[in-house]
Amino acid sequence: MSGLTMLVPRRPSQARAGYGFFALDGIGLVVFVAGPALLAIAIGLFDVDGFGKVEFVGLDNYRLMARDQLLWKSFGITATYVALFVPLAFVVSLCLALLTRRDYPGVGLVRTALFLPNVISLVVVGVLWKFLLTDKTGAVSSILAPFGLGDVSWLSDTALALPTLVLISVWFLMGYQMLIFLAGLQDIPQDLYDAATVDGANYWQRFWSVTWPALRPTSFFVLVTSLVNAATGVLAFDLIYVTTQGGPANATSTVIYYAYQQAFLYGRFGYAAAISAMIVAALIVVTGALFAATRGGAIR
Amino acid sequence: MSRSPVPSRSPASGKAGFGWVPAVGYLVGLLTVLPMLWLTLAAFRPGSDVFSMSWPATLTLDNFAYVLTEVPFLRYLANSALVSIAVTVIALLLHTMAGYALARLRFRGRGIAFGLVIATLLVSLPVILVPLFMVTLTLGMVDSYAGLIVPSVFNAFGIFLLRQFYLNLPSELEDAALLDGCGYLRLYWHVVLPLSRPVLAALAVLFFLANWNSFVWPLTVTQSENLRVVQVGIASLQGQYAQEYQYVLAASVLAAIPTVIVFMLGQRRLVETLKTSGLR
Repeated sequence: MSGLTMLVPRRPSQARAGYGFFALDGIGLVVFVAGPALLAIAIGLFDVDGFGKVEFVGLDNYRLMARDQLLWKSFGITATYVALFVPLAFVVSLCLALLTRRDYPGVGLVRTALFLPNVISLVVVGVLWKFLLTDKTGAVSSILAPFGLGDVSWLSDTALALPTLVLISVWFLMGYQMLIFLAGLQDIPQDLYDAATVDGANYWQRFWSVTWPALRPTSFFVLVTSLVNAATGVLAFDLIYVTTQGGPANATSTVIYYAYQQAFLYGRFGYAAAISAMIVAALIVVTGALFAATRGGAIR
Repeated sequence: MSRSPVPSRSPASGKAGFGWVPAVGYLVGLLTVLPMLWLTLAAFRPGSDVFSMSWPATLTLDNFAYVLTEVPFLRYLANSALVSIAVTVIALLLHTMAGYALARLRFRGRGIAFGLVIATLLVSLPVILVPLFMVTLTLGMVDSYAGLIVPSVFNAFGIFLLRQFYLNLPSELEDAALLDGCGYLRLYWHVVLPLSRPVLAALAVLFFLANWNSFVWPLTVTQSENLRVVQVGIASLQGQYAQEYQYVLAASVLAAIPTVIVFMLGQRRLVETLKTSGLR
């Protein structure tokens, strides 16, 4: 805050303006974001079928969750998806950032090309890859046929569908994470590299002694957002809805997708809300950890 | 957090070497966009030819014509445009005001207000989908434009980003205006908004893309075909025309064109804002 602000006489109108300016967004955030997050916990205590039936059932939904094999399977699928996606996306986008960091002719175009998958919608991304990965006749099968891989069912094989979705997700998100890394790289003073070079450090030594430590805050940010995104974001929903619908044999049914089906396919709103409440609880833990790690306002 | 101009971008090592870096860059860039180019090409192929791996003997606009005339796809496009533009404009107005209040105005409870923004930063739509649907239902907004627009406006990320922007904005102009007896509403309209132009351009691109591309909320909150947005339209086409892929491909290209154009127009601003947003 600049010193000049202090010189301006404090007026009662400032507080009034403050409330007025924040009011609409504040109400909106409470009604449409924070409220629903807390409401998930409350609705989870009811049996709600979407046709007007609302009956208090206490912890029944949660007891049901404990016995729901498919729910636990979907938790496992989300965990696998996150465990494969987060590190892979991290490494790929960091490599892309290192690759497009320095200026060379056309580097802007290369960055644009790498970011472009992130610009089109996940629905279109889903259509695109479903088309390319069509069994036997798709472009990928045609290209891989000479290597004996023409018969692989990328999206309808229970073992392959999830890893395939992970690769598509990486392709979609890598350009965005690359931009974040590029911003972090831009802040590293050139002198550090010059000093390391004078000391005779080669490329890898410079990377590990200069780039990697200086990138730590950026890496932290990328990891956290990528984790939350993969576990709870639309990434794991839109793509699955368009490509596999959770199949084959529930092999790609993430928690988010499972909860959606429970609510909007089977009308079990109370049960779906209870699942959401569990995810919200997990999010609160993650957010709290994030807040503590960055010491609150220090994220500025 | 004022940023010094970009330091010299000469090769890190000072050596002129690394000749392979551009080559790898071009190759990876090309491989990344190749699937999109392939889909675009396939959308111009005759239906019997979509899976062909060779350069098409004939290119046709029939698939586009079919989608635009036999399917209410123009309506879907118009709905998407209306919703995305409305959300973008309303969100920019509300978020600039809220962000400014959080950064510059002192009022009791500002800490709590900022806490609310931070706490909702990581709440994603799929997690609150069921309760949000029930709130929207209670407010009588299900299956209406209001239901598509209003819940999509409130986005902690935008408020947070604008707060950061105003924290780093020099306050001399505002102070001068205030000393001249300018009220806060006029100050906002005549001083703060014009100063925010660069960040607003970037956020406009970001919000437009996010809303044009959003799928799960329109899918959940609308039933009538009149309200169908383009992403939901494509998903339903996909079920309807499982055997006639060319139509789905043409629809996908039509849906992607505005996003690519908007991105190209706002690219520079967007990248600068992402870089300096302080979100690292």
